Amino acid sequence: MDILKFITAGSVDDGKSTLIGRLLYDSDSILADQLEALQTSNRKNDDGSIDLAILTDGLKAEREQGITIDVAYKYFQTEKRKFIIADTPGHIQYTRNMVTGASNANLAIILIDARKGVIEQTIRHSFLVSLLGIQQVVVCINKMDMVDFSEETYNQIVAAYQELALKVGLKNVHYIPVSALKGDNIVHNSLNMSWYKGESLLPFLETVDIAIDDSKDHARFPVQWVVRPQTEDLHDYRGYAGRVSSGSFRVNDKVTVLPSGFSSTISQIEQFESTPDEALAGMSVTIHLKDEIDISRGDILANSSYLPHVSQQIEADLCWMDTRQLDTYLTYFIQHNSKVTRCKIQEVLYKVNINTLEKEYSEEFRLNDIGRVVIKTAEPLAFDFYQDNKANGGGIIIDSRNNVTIAALMFRNVVD
Amino acid sequence: MNFDYLDELEAEAIYILREVAGQFEKPALLFSGGKDSITLVRLAEKAFRPGKFPFPLVHIDTGHNFVETIEYRDDMIKRIGEKLIIGHVQDSINEGKVVEQKGKNASRNALQTVTLLDTIAKYQFDACIGGARRDEEKARAKERIFSVRDEFGQWDPKRQRPELWNIFNGKIHKGENVRVFPISNWTELDVWNYIRREKIALPSIYFAHERDCITRNGQLMAASPFLNMDEEDVIERKNVRFRTVGDMTCTAAVESYAYQIDDIIDEISASKISERGARMDDKVSEAAMEDRKKGGYF
Repeated sequence: MDILKFITAGSVDDGKSTLIGRLLYDSDSILADQLEALQTSNRKNDDGSIDLAILTDGLKAEREQGITIDVAYKYFQTEKRKFIIADTPGHIQYTRNMVTGASNANLAIILIDARKGVIEQTIRHSFLVSLLGIQQVVVCINKMDMVDFSEETYNQIVAAYQELALKVGLKNVHYIPVSALKGDNIVHNSLNMSWYKGESLLPFLETVDIAIDDSKDHARFPVQWVVRPQTEDLHDYRGYAGRVSSGSFRVNDKVTVLPSGFSSTISQIEQFESTPDEALAGMSVTIHLKDEIDISRGDILANSSYLPHVSQQIEADLCWMDTRQLDTYLTYFIQHNSKVTRCKIQEVLYKVNINTLEKEYSEEFRLNDIGRVVIKTAEPLAFDFYQDNKANGGGIIIDSRNNVTIAALMFRNVVD
Repeated sequence: MNFDYLDELEAEAIYILREVAGQFEKPALLFSGGKDSITLVRLAEKAFRPGKFPFPLVHIDTGHNFVETIEYRDDMIKRIGEKLIIGHVQDSINEGKVVEQKGKNASRNALQTVTLLDTIAKYQFDACIGGARRDEEKARAKERIFSVRDEFGQWDPKRQRPELWNIFNGKIHKGENVRVFPISNWTELDVWNYIRREKIALPSIYFAHERDCITRNGQLMAASPFLNMDEEDVIERKNVRFRTVGDMTCTAAVESYAYQIDDIIDEISASKISERGARMDDKVSEAAMEDRKKGGYF
């Protein structure tokens, strides 16, 4: 059994929380005491049925305002798969939370209100899903009950979305007409839309392909911690602890340590009390090398035949997440896997108007702005382009004044 | 090679523990004697052996523990050879920093927040690893894996740092600390399946046994000298087990005949009561957990 991580994106009234509530409810993932808490709550739908949105609206502030403030994580499981849902808010001031949720997702559900069709927020959400490189997209055209389950309305929205998908560069897009409120095509096939021949949402989620990238050419291992017991019987023990971020490593593979550039050969892969021949993407292991070279936290081991880029000047897409605007004169921290160094955002190349997708030139970069910048780092980074390798292609900017994470970076190019 | 969901959850937790080791100067692992923190100890062994843990274990002792928990704790420390620091709620009471609750539902559960914050300050811990999971409760569902607390230990849900990819930002100012939750993405069932797979020993109270109990607010509580009882309370001998291990005054038992771990996993798979449903401390109001976290609770 594997784990599918997905996000749900939609605007405030598209019924995201209701959709998640419905998935949990109809797949029997709500426990008795939670159900009791639901029933005793005084929030009800107009027809008196339970408001399923309460299942994901966690915080007091949210219940008072009837909105979703932050990313809420929910867990459920069927016989085929485990699921982690990041429920991300739709309103504009929380774009940063959607980017946060999207960064770890294999799949995105984009909700469209059947009465409204493709709107500005749909464009924004789709753009972000594309920017963050989510593999699979499901467009749920929701509230079909409010448009008399009309096939024509559905087809019009699908056609409009296909145009948008092309524009933002989304592949692997699937479409499902649903009513989260009534439960049509969520877990069970809808009796009201016999014209729809595809799968319902849950069966689709259970079987959609989410292959991991374990090819040799992306073999990357950021060193987190050097294990050196320095006891009498383990005097010469020196192991590099970390998690294979992408690709795979085998014993006897030739590896290069970056950014220093020294090479050696893997002598042993250790996983607690076992010593496997191979370490695959996602595995936390301890690697031993044949030669003694200076390696510390922040270094990356890579397969010597397929090296990442090493540079101090990088072109990257930037998503700004702080209320204080970008300052090209300030020194920030950049964190890329286990490496932290100082940096400057030297130049704003352009910003993207995420409602029209037009490029705009502007020096001002504010909360929720997205665009292309040039970054200069104090020490060289060993990275891949995000579109080639997500795991080694992203970073965060930290404000050195208050230590807050203020931006997400996706590396796109090396500046010569 | 077979890399299933338990392997994935384990690898993620080990990754997070190593990030703590790499990013902080004085981390600590908060150990309650419950199955989640016992799981954390196992994960720490996998993350750092054959080296020592780069942090001590810290137990906030309410003084109202199950005897079985303390025995387990002391045996475990002997086996793993790591350092244990104990913060006593009784000391906070003696120093007049907190006042013992009165009445029938008196519990030291709320008092332990003060002892925890004092212990953090005394040893200047900059990161505290805990076994909380997001599936436990809806406020926890919104908390980050690296959760920054101010010098009062407070969690501010509106000011959480965005947490992207596998990049954890542990930069803090002096006086602040970070609560780190390596098993955030595990469910109760995942923890049990992992304990079974790894053959991890647990305190005996997790398994069915006979015990004197009384019924309070519809919940079965272990009869003990720590529980304020009166004439209305009827002691009954019951076959029970505990799904969480906390203070004796706030941890409810469930009737059970699950003597083996397989029985427990079957029981949980079929159960219709969630784990925190057996915690009196969450029942006070719909926002009980959120309010306690804002006040510095674990």
